[in-house]
Parts: sequence; structure tokens; C-alpha cells
Amino acid sequence: MNDLQSASNDSLCEFVAFRVGAQEFCIDIMSVREIRGWTPATALPHAPSYVRGVINLRGAVLPIVDLAERLGFPPTETSARQVIIVVQVGGQVVGLLVDAVSDILTQSTDHIQPTPDVATDVAKAFVRGVLAIDGRMIGLVELDMLISTEAEMAA
Amino acid sequence: MDTMAAIRETFFQECDEQLAELEVGLEAMESGAADAETINAVFRAVHSIKGGAGAFKLDRLVRFAHTFETTLDLIRGGQLAPSVPLLKTMLRAADVLADLVKASRNNDPVDEARMETLIGELKSACGVPAPAAPTPVVLTPNFDPPTADDEPIDFTPTMISIDDEPAPAVPQTQLYVIQFTPRPELYRKGNETTRLLRELARLGEVTVVCDSKSLPSLEQLDPEGAYLSWRAELSSDESLTTVEEVFEFVVDDCELEIEARAAAPQPTPAAPPAPTAEAAPAAEAPAPVSSPPLRLVSGGEADKQAERAAPPAAAPEADKGRAEAPKSEAAATIRVDLERVDRLINLVGELVINQAMLSQRVTEAGLARASSVAAGLGALEQLTREIQEGVMAIRAQPVKTLFQRMSRIVRELTDATGKQARLKTDGEATEVDRTVIERIADPLTHMIRNAVDHGVELPEVREKAGKPAQGEIKLSAAHRSGRIIIEVSDDGAGIDRARVREIAIKKELIAPDAQLSENEIDNLLFLPGFSTAKTVSNISGRGVGMDVVKRSIQALGGRIAISSRPGQGSTFSMSLPLTLAVLDGMVVKVADQTLVVPLTAIVETLRPKKSDVHALGVNARVISDRGGFAPLIDVGQELGYRTTPADPLESVVLVVETEESIRCALVVDAINDQRQVVIKSLEANYRKVPGIAAATILGDGRVALILDIDTFVARTNRGATSSDLLFAAAG
Repeated sequence: MNDLQSASNDSLCEFVAFRVGAQEFCIDIMSVREIRGWTPATALPHAPSYVRGVINLRGAVLPIVDLAERLGFPPTETSARQVIIVVQVGGQVVGLLVDAVSDILTQSTDHIQPTPDVATDVAKAFVRGVLAIDGRMIGLVELDMLISTEAEMAA
Repeated sequence: MDTMAAIRETFFQECDEQLAELEVGLEAMESGAADAETINAVFRAVHSIKGGAGAFKLDRLVRFAHTFETTLDLIRGGQLAPSVPLLKTMLRAADVLADLVKASRNNDPVDEARMETLIGELKSACGVPAPAAPTPVVLTPNFDPPTADDEPIDFTPTMISIDDEPAPAVPQTQLYVIQFTPRPELYRKGNETTRLLRELARLGEVTVVCDSKSLPSLEQLDPEGAYLSWRAELSSDESLTTVEEVFEFVVDDCELEIEARAAAPQPTPAAPPAPTAEAAPAAEAPAPVSSPPLRLVSGGEADKQAERAAPPAAAPEADKGRAEAPKSEAAATIRVDLERVDRLINLVGELVINQAMLSQRVTEAGLARASSVAAGLGALEQLTREIQEGVMAIRAQPVKTLFQRMSRIVRELTDATGKQARLKTDGEATEVDRTVIERIADPLTHMIRNAVDHGVELPEVREKAGKPAQGEIKLSAAHRSGRIIIEVSDDGAGIDRARVREIAIKKELIAPDAQLSENEIDNLLFLPGFSTAKTVSNISGRGVGMDVVKRSIQALGGRIAISSRPGQGSTFSMSLPLTLAVLDGMVVKVADQTLVVPLTAIVETLRPKKSDVHALGVNARVISDRGGFAPLIDVGQELGYRTTPADPLESVVLVVETEESIRCALVVDAINDQRQVVIKSLEANYRKVPGIAAATILGDGRVALILDIDTFVARTNRGATSSDLLFAAAG
């Protein structure tokens, strides 16, 4: 995500868009490792409520973050329909629990608009900017903040 | 350039081996256990380092190694007696050599002064003001050992063709045919054919063919002999004199013919085929061209062909084999990138998990135990386990390397403190996973420092006590019931329990009227913030004490114990797992979650009777446990899986013991299984979870958490320090 600024001179970027509740968000496709179906997670003791637990991703222990709860929505109801977007953030691999993947977008980074001021503090902390596409507003999720320790401590 | 870097790296790896060999040899000489072969081995080690360093133009290293080598050569020739002070100097020289190698490897600055001091000491020990410039070592005629034969150890007679530099099509280009047959003297003076040929390659395009026709069969082979000759065709625009200069230093020790022919119109394609065609039928086997640079072990008839195919590699091995058969077996090693081994270990971990999943699926599918599928699965399980053990053994290393580092520490410390001590090691061949070795290096160093600094007394004090002036520190390793036990013991004064007690009271670690057993007093040393050193020395008083040692051992899943007898010394013994990759655990069920409890912590499991459980205070309960009372801890409640504690009478109780010997009774719903689990890091993708050591993947493919008994129990007593805990349990 850091290369957004440096690459901003009319370079095109691809984003994976997904639904969380009724809203749409997206993340840079370069940080997405895979998308997989929901499997029950093993609960972690003493974890923040948005950490659903850990699952086995081909031998690696993968923590699952419920994106809805992280963004301040009610927790996601889990069923086989929900998906986990496996993303790489820094040196770690984390699964994001979302309702559905909706689209792959190709957009110039110039089109990223600053997050409107009305948003709540929680949403503002994790939404880097917004994209306007066909009358829809899609929030660009800031992955670094999502699982940073400081944010968790505060939460 | 990459190949060059790789060769350089190999050289440094070999240096490490040579340095280890050197140190072992010198120590054997010091203890009087040396024979002629030891001295030769020591000489060879320094010599090889010098040789390699020369190839990489590491001048300082060459210069130092050369001085060192000269001294060793005099000892070997019997002109210089290896007296005790001289051996001490040489051990220090070995340390400096190790430092120089390290500095050269990392391009670090070199401690010139120290190096010069030792060069001076070595020279004065020789009694001869050695010349400043490195000159070839002059060997005495009465020596018999094989020096030169280890030179070509990693050399394979492949064709050297340098094709990244196409020969310029200048009219002066000459074709030189060089016939080069070294005599044994050439090797004996420390020359190496490879280097000469490499030098030739720098002059132009060269094709070298090794002629092994005169190589005798193994029985007749003189390990110090020279049987190979080389024919090189060089197309170069250098003059004949320049080519001759390459052989300037060896011309007396070989048969050399250099013939300048008129330049071939197209030297590049014309030159190589001719010698190949000529050499291929001449050589007994065409194998030399392609034989891989593996070290071969001398063996039976079957190996002979192979050895003939790679004569320079086989010759020194044959020599080693003659000297000591098991040694040559050990030399059959290959270097493998650590990353590959780690990847293999991870994959085998996956295999184990998958195999477990498969068996579970088969059971779920309702197949009979006697069915052929189940039988096949049984065989698979057996194989999987064997593969796992085999793979883990690849990464296992003897603790020898670790122990050798310790002897240097003892040496340096005794020099600094004025004490006399020697390190005696035992069980160096004991193998343990290299990750364990890496992680016990620091705690072990600290314990050794402590043994010298606090354990061994000053020589005067020792003599007054009727002990030899030189103290002895024993470092031993052994396998015991699937763990490795490492012990550090000294024959010093032992723990001054009165003083330990006094300090503990002063530092408010214990109450002034506390009644402590001897063992409890000894264990005070492990409390954080405890240090008995009267003055903060730069040796062990760095603010880190035995508590840090203990914590790092515990982090490895190990235990440490102390025992001491006044006037006779102390012993610290560590018990560590052989690997950090797997763990024996009990699989338990708690509030629908599956957990793994490390087997090492479990003392017993029981189904409590009503009469065993007693309430204490508002919501605490204890259970009768062998005459005492252990607090009952509901695991599910503690981990937040349920809010109301389970009824202990309906549950299973695991009595566990922490490193601090605190007993607790953990309440779980049921015991499912007892098995070996593969440890998976939680921190890699998440972070450390208090009370949880790591995770694992069970047969059903789900993640299960492994309890960390120590932090888990400590958390249930939040606010209580570990020392409070200790004495709560003790008193």
C-alpha cells in the first residue's frame, strides 16, 4: 500500500472488491494471496473480539479477522457462504472474513479520493480513501492498520 | 561473480571446520594425548587455511597463518618442543586465526595489534627471526606425514574451459601446448596444481586434460605420491616467458614442457576436440570429466573403480582410511543449504498431519480395522514416522561445535581473572537439533562464565583448601529418555548459601525469617535481579543473571536444576528437548475446544472423588494431592471458553508441575489422545498469546492450541511475582 503515492502518476492498479454487510470495500490485489471458503476457526483466548480464531492454511496457522466487526459493524454471521480473503500484510499472512467478493476493479490510483469527513473514527482509521465507480462508493481498506498491535491494544 | 562468492563462502565454511580441527588438536596436545597424527592434523588445518586464503588474496590471514604454520612445522619436525607456554600461545594464536577468518569473511576491521603480538610471540618461540615475506615452508627431511596429499582434496579432474572470455582474434595469439607432470615434491612444498592451472586460465583460453594413466591401483598407491599429469592447450596472446612464469616456483619439482605452436586460424573450436579425443580412450574411464565433487569413502572392491575415476579425491581419503577407518566414514558428507533442509522438515510435518487426517477419515468412513485399507494406512503411518525421524536427524548436529566455543571462553576468562581452569568435555558427539544448539549457546556461555567467575576459586585459595591450583570445569552432554541433558559443573567452592540468603533478604526476595531448605536457597539464584558478584565485573555481572538463563532454557521447553556441595563445587544441569519441531502432548477437550498439554509438565491424571475437592474462600477450590493441596484451575474458564467453571467431579484433572515446581490441578472435560504433535508458530502470523505456547494441526485438519503451563499457571495468580509463587508453593 505504501507504493500508492509513488505510483500515483496515472498508473493503473487492480483492486479486489468485496461486500461487508451492505457496504463495499476493496483492497489492493497485490496483497491478496488467495480467496477461500469459510471453515470453522479455533478460538484464541485473550484475543480481541474481531479475531475469530485461527485456521489451518495448508500447515500454516492463519488468524482470521472479522472485517465487519473490525470496522465497527455487527459481527459477521458465518456460514459456508462467507469467504476468507487471505492477505499478506508485512511479514504476516492474515485471513479477512467478508461476506462475498464482488468484483475486480482496475482503477487509476489518481481516482482515489480522500475519505469523506463524516465517517466514524473507526471507519476512518481503516479506510484509506474511497473510489467512485458506477455510482457506487467503495472504501479502500488500509491493511497495515487492520491488525497492527497498537490498534488492537486500543480496541 | 556469483560463483566466486559461492567458492569464497565454501572456503570460509571449510575454514570453520579447519579451525575446529585445529582447536581439538591443540587441546589434545595440551592434555598430552597427542600423537604424530594430531600434530599433522593441526599443521594441515593451518596450512589449508593459508592455502585458501592465498587464493582469495587475504594477505593478513596468509601472513598470520604462515607464521603459525612455521612454528607448527618446527614442532612437527621435532626441532621445537611443545612446551606448556608455547601451547598456550598457540591456542591464543588459534583464537586470533579464528578472528581473522571471521574478519575476512565479514570484511570487518582486524585487531592488528593483537595479531602482531602473537606473530612476535610465535616467532620468538621459534627462536628464529622469520622473514617478513611469506616464503615456502622449509621442511625437514625426516618428516614423514602427508602434508601435500590433502591439497587436491576437493579438486576434480574436470576440463577447465574458460569461455566467458573469448580469445581475441589478434594476430599475436599463440597456441601453447603444456605438458605438466608434477613430482611428489611439488605437493610437499604446498603447491597446488589447481591454482597453477587457474593461473594459466587467466592468460587466455585454456583446455586442460588430466592424464591418470600412471595411477596405480589403490593397494599400490602411495598417498604421498604424485601420479597425475596434465596437458593444457592455451591460446593466449601473452609471450612464452609469461606462460613460463606461471610455473616459475615449481619448475624444479615437475616435468614441464611448453611448446609454442603457430596460432591456429580458429583456436576456439579447433583446440578442445583434439585433446578430448586423445584423452578419452587413454583414460581408463571417461568418468573424470563428470564425476561430482563428492567426497568418497574408501571401501571395498566396488568402490575402486569409482576411486580410480576420481583419483585426487580418493588419494587423501585412502590415506585417512588407513589411519583410522571410522574417521573416513565421518568424512562422507555433503553440504546442503539449510533452507532446503528446513523446507523438507516443514513438508514432512505436513505429511504427518495429512497422514493423521487420512486415518481419521478412514475411521469416520466406517471401514473395518482389519480391512486392507486400514492395514495400508498402518504401514503408511510407520513410514511417515520413519521419514520424520530421518529428516529430523539431518538437522541434528553433535554438540561438539558448541562445546568447542566454550573452551575458548574458559581460556579467555582465566586469562582475564588470573584463575586457572581447564574445560573437560564429555559426550561431544551427542546430537541435537541445530535450532536447539543455536538457542542454548547464549545460556551455556553464561553458565560457563559463571563457573569460572563464581565457581572456581583463585589458585592460592584452592591450594589452601588442598585442591590443585587448576580448577576443572566439566561440560557434558547425554541423551536421556528422549531429551538431551547438558551439565556444567565446577570443582570450586560451591554455593555460599549463607551469603545467598543474606542477599536475598537484602533484596527483599524472601522474608528475613523464611525457613528454606538448601535446595530452595540454591534456587534463589534463579530469581530475577539476583546477583552474588560483589563487584560488577565485565565477566558475568552484566545485570543479567541466572534468571535470564533459566528463562531462555524454559523458552526452549527445557528445565534447569542446580546442585551444590560446599567446598566441592556446583553442578547446573539442563534438560532440553531434542527438537523444537515436535512435542509429546496430551490432547484434551475443554468446552468444545481441543487443547494440547505438554506431556513433560503432566505429573498425573485423575478423576477426583468428592472427598478430594475442598472449597477455599469464595470461589477457589483445591484438591488433595499426595498429602498437600493443589489449586484447581478450570482451563475453559481461564481461557474464556466458558463463564461458569465445570464441576470437577464430572471432569478429568491433570496435575501439572511448572518449572518452579508449583503443582496445579487443571480441570478439563476429557482426555482424547496422547500423541506427538508438530509445533506451529502462532507468532508467525499473529502474536504471542499468554498461556499458549504454540499451535498444532490435528488429524481433523483443525488447529489446536498447545498450553504453556508456566505462563498459564502464572496468569491464574496475577499480581503474584514468581518469587511469591515459589514460596507459596514451598511453604
